[in-house]
Amino acid sequence: MVENRPWLTVTRHLVLILGVFIIGFPIWIALVASTNSSSEFVSGLMPLWFGEEGFGNFRRVLTNEERVLGVSVSASWMMWNSFIMAMVIAVGKIVISILSAYAIVYFRFPFRKTCFWLIFLTLMLPVEVRILPTYEVVASLGMLNSYAGLTIPLIASATATFLFRQFFMSVPSSLMEAARIDGAGPFKFFKDILLPLSVNNIAALFVILFIYGWNQYLWPLLITTDENYYTIVMVIKRLMSAGEGNIPWNIIMTTTILAMLPPVIVVLGMQKLFVKGLIEQEK
Amino acid sequence: MHDNAVFSHKVLPFFLLAPQLIITLVFFIWPAGQALYQSFLIEDAFGFSVEFVWFENFIYLLEDPEYWNSVRVTFVFSAMVALVGMILALLLAAMADRVVKGASAYKTLLIWPYAVAPVVAAVLWWLMFNPSMGVLPFWMDAFGYDWNHYVNSGEAMTVVVIASAWKQISYNFLFFLAGLQAIPRSLIEAAAIDGASPFKRFWQIVFPLLSPTAFFLLVVNIVYAFFETFGVIHATTLGGPGSSTKTLVYKVYEDGFVGLDLGGSAAQSVILMIIVITLTVVQFRYVEKKVQY
Repeated sequence: MVENRPWLTVTRHLVLILGVFIIGFPIWIALVASTNSSSEFVSGLMPLWFGEEGFGNFRRVLTNEERVLGVSVSASWMMWNSFIMAMVIAVGKIVISILSAYAIVYFRFPFRKTCFWLIFLTLMLPVEVRILPTYEVVASLGMLNSYAGLTIPLIASATATFLFRQFFMSVPSSLMEAARIDGAGPFKFFKDILLPLSVNNIAALFVILFIYGWNQYLWPLLITTDENYYTIVMVIKRLMSAGEGNIPWNIIMTTTILAMLPPVIVVLGMQKLFVKGLIEQEK
Repeated sequence: MHDNAVFSHKVLPFFLLAPQLIITLVFFIWPAGQALYQSFLIEDAFGFSVEFVWFENFIYLLEDPEYWNSVRVTFVFSAMVALVGMILALLLAAMADRVVKGASAYKTLLIWPYAVAPVVAAVLWWLMFNPSMGVLPFWMDAFGYDWNHYVNSGEAMTVVVIASAWKQISYNFLFFLAGLQAIPRSLIEAAAIDGASPFKRFWQIVFPLLSPTAFFLLVVNIVYAFFETFGVIHATTLGGPGSSTKTLVYKVYEDGFVGLDLGGSAAQSVILMIIVITLTVVQFRYVEKKVQY
């Protein structure tokens, strides 16, 4: 503290509390909505306090009782799909990126620069700008409506490769020389020295990539027509298309809470790692 | 730097790189090439006839007022999302930077929206702004304002901007906070001794030192608003009312998957790729500059 100005401290807390309130208000609304019955959302004012239907709403959504979700699968099944998608994308991105970064930093081979630039190109092309041709490629490979189609096309990652490359370059080269003198080959060096050193980076990256995978929307929307592969985020939009007046807001908000829960738990549970991983992406 | 410390294997590195390279080639480079190729073709929706038309798709696009409307919408939308998200985040970060008591609690309570999917954010705000029973129009009604985002394009835009910016505040907040905490305390203290008020110190010392962070965030936020907010539009306004919230990415999707205009959609993809590449280059220039600094 540079100097003591009590009024300034009070203002700071007031602004922050107001900020927390505004940021959190939508969640309050969602929680409240998930405990009310659908008749509360027809007209007048939406409920601002908890109702009695919370248990029933969550049970109906999780088991898809009476087909409340308008599809043939339950929310628990779709959360499982989202989980598989998030895990495969996060782990896959980490594995293939750490291997490529290892190759680029610790080996000298022809076309090293070319490979690096090829990977760099992927950073420039988010799936959103080339959706139709990517869809056609996936369709021609017969990967529509499969976990492979949901995950593999999103698994290449320039960002993660850069991060690991940056980190490997900061590892002192004397470690590598010492390992070589002791007779360690590339596998042993990677497994026994580099991997243990990278644990923190891997964990930090995992948090960000898990959220990235869980929150995918456009891609699963395009390549799944079989309801067995629907993700939890996708189904919310389907419920929204019921038409004004028929939108089952309590069911939507219950689904919304379920869709938010896992990534929010990951962010809050691994907060330190998450913040570190996020800020380091910039470097 | 590592020249003394490299393995001499010639084949192993290609095996290590293979998974990444194969996926990049099959799912990135190949489709991007396809988009470029298709953008020079006119094809009917069933693929019966294909005609090579050079730049006709692009010319048609650039003469289409609908396309220019979409360009305008995207720029307005992105600028608003970036500004709203960054200003609020900077305010909160500047406040949180100097708080001693409860600092980590505030941080925790401000960062979680990062984990929320854009489409989820959109649905939350869409409910709160619902004209017939939403809580915000209800309050506005008390001031005599009649809110209806189903007919009023400015109001529809406001909802999608708020939903998109809300989700992004936590990201901006963390970067601004990290930027603020990297500023040497001695600078602030010296200014305080010279009698500069907290506001003066913020605008004349802190703010200029924060400008690299702000610039980085500006690029990130524009990229986010351009490409990651498809779900926001798709779950709520569907580009409407009229075409008032039809962003470029939404239009690519609509023309390609709903309108089945493959050539036109591919041409739009190519233009978007050029925009992404420009933004990436700008971002990397900045990173390079910072490394030298």
